[in-house]
Amino acid sequence: MTYLYFPARLAWRQLVHDRTKLIAAIFGVLFACVLVFMQLGFKDSLYASAASAPSRLSGDLFLMHKQSEAMWRPVNFKRSELMRTLGHPAVAQVSPLYIALAPFKNIETEVKRTLMVYGFNPDAQLFDINNVRNMHGELQLKDTVLFDEYSRPEFGPIRQLLEAGQNVTEINDYKLKIIGTFQLGVSFAADGNVVTSDLNFMRIFPNKKPGDIELGVIKLHPGASIKQVQAELSSLLNEFVNIFTFEELLEYEKLYWSNTAPIGFIFGFGTVMGLVVGLVIVYQILFTDIANYRNEFATLKAMGYQHGYFIRVVFASAFFLAILGFIPGYILSLGLYHLAESQIFMPMPMSFSKVTTVFFFILSMCATASFLAIRKLKDANPADMF
Amino acid sequence: MPALIDVHNLDFSFGSGELTQPVLKNVTISINKGEVVLMTGPSGSGKTTFLTIIGGLRQASNGSVKVLDQQLINSTEQVKVKVRQQTGYIFQQHNLLKPLTALQNVSMTLEMHNHMTERERLTQAADMLKAVGLGDRLNYKPEQLSGGQRQRVSIARALVGKPRIVLADEPTASLDKQSGQDAVGILKQLAKELGTTILLVTHDYRILDIADRVVELEDGMIQNA
Repeated sequence: MTYLYFPARLAWRQLVHDRTKLIAAIFGVLFACVLVFMQLGFKDSLYASAASAPSRLSGDLFLMHKQSEAMWRPVNFKRSELMRTLGHPAVAQVSPLYIALAPFKNIETEVKRTLMVYGFNPDAQLFDINNVRNMHGELQLKDTVLFDEYSRPEFGPIRQLLEAGQNVTEINDYKLKIIGTFQLGVSFAADGNVVTSDLNFMRIFPNKKPGDIELGVIKLHPGASIKQVQAELSSLLNEFVNIFTFEELLEYEKLYWSNTAPIGFIFGFGTVMGLVVGLVIVYQILFTDIANYRNEFATLKAMGYQHGYFIRVVFASAFFLAILGFIPGYILSLGLYHLAESQIFMPMPMSFSKVTTVFFFILSMCATASFLAIRKLKDANPADMF
Repeated sequence: MPALIDVHNLDFSFGSGELTQPVLKNVTISINKGEVVLMTGPSGSGKTTFLTIIGGLRQASNGSVKVLDQQLINSTEQVKVKVRQQTGYIFQQHNLLKPLTALQNVSMTLEMHNHMTERERLTQAADMLKAVGLGDRLNYKPEQLSGGQRQRVSIARALVGKPRIVLADEPTASLDKQSGQDAVGILKQLAKELGTTILLVTHDYRILDIADRVVELEDGMIQNA
């Protein structure tokens, strides 16, 4: 125990001796910590929100054109392709999902802003969202839509407007009625969402042909092996369509944002930069500490202290800085996460795995700084002391 | 009486090839247990180099240097560390750790000895500080102490581990006459009580009277062994 305790105690006493330097060091670690938390938070939020719509889809297998990069920018394919899968005995039901971006007119300001429109047969129950399920009957009516109340506030306070009886607006310059709200959430691709019936979708987009679909949703009979049916269907289908399981669809959406879009790289880069800045600050603090205590360390060496003891002192200092910087960094980030959730409507959960990941990053950062700094310990040579 | 420090025909030089600079030439000296030996001589005479070789801080390769029955010529690091742990050092600068109190600084010497409890260490350190006349300054940090007091703390630090040898390099050089004499007086008195051998290198002729023996080193050679 004394093997670590004594050097750690010396490290602690050195740290608290110079309060100004300690505070500077803590701010360095805190800065890195907050930066990494925010970068990872935005990145995870991006992935989570990108997958928010597909993750609420209710189906076993999904057809998508091979040229579709992601659900928000789909390439359409023939509905007949989807219908062919009905030939498989395990397939219970198939439904097309129509997806398109369209300008939505704010009821109060009349400013138009683009949102995502999903169209499908309401009876098919393609979305596993309570209000969408419950209002499938009302959605059958002509010129009706449901509005996502988690859309960005620029679309107007729809819920309050509905309560006040103002429910008429335009999507894609087509006049219709909002008959209720549901809860989904925004993504980087869409600032808002509405769902409507397949027939209303064709009215909103008059040039759209019902035979051209963006996504095909297949439901299987209970007990069917999804993997097996997927393999059998893929040999049946044209080569230009992908057939995904639910998990594969989510993964495909996520991969688009991490790889095809440079966003994964941008956040990764931000994370690395935060760690580098923190590393340099911690290294500077450790380095100057060693330089300042050079003679004292050399004296202790002359008295029989071994080199390893001072290495442990340096690592203990770095460890304390990591802890002291991480705790306020975590608290500050928690606040910023809440701010982000309330102000920009991005889901930013502070998950336990994220906390441990960032702590591990900060710890590695401080350990690396120690590795760089301990070379300076060679200057504490007792033979040069006399 | 057996010699605690036994040096035979020690040669030492800095550099290599044409730039070789001999520092110690054929030095032979033996110091007995409990002896207080002062080594004087002009700057550059090799006194300090000699001290660092005896203390196991510098590797020499010619001759024989036996300290506490360990041969230090071409020795391993372990042998040198073993010698260092039984040696107390006093430097011209006190080299006390600024963040630590006098008590904590002195107690650092005892932290190398694992068998003691924290309470034992602090008691022994406090006793030693009382012995050097700083019983009322236990919890002062170095910057709250005067130069003479600091040097007395470093004397306490050197002696608290009950070393068999104390090596001192110009311990009075940064002190005024009175504090200097007080410091070495305390050093000698405590060393005699503990039976510690002292090898003290100095320019300071005001403190020659504490020595059992004075050795003069000039150009790397002992003049009056």
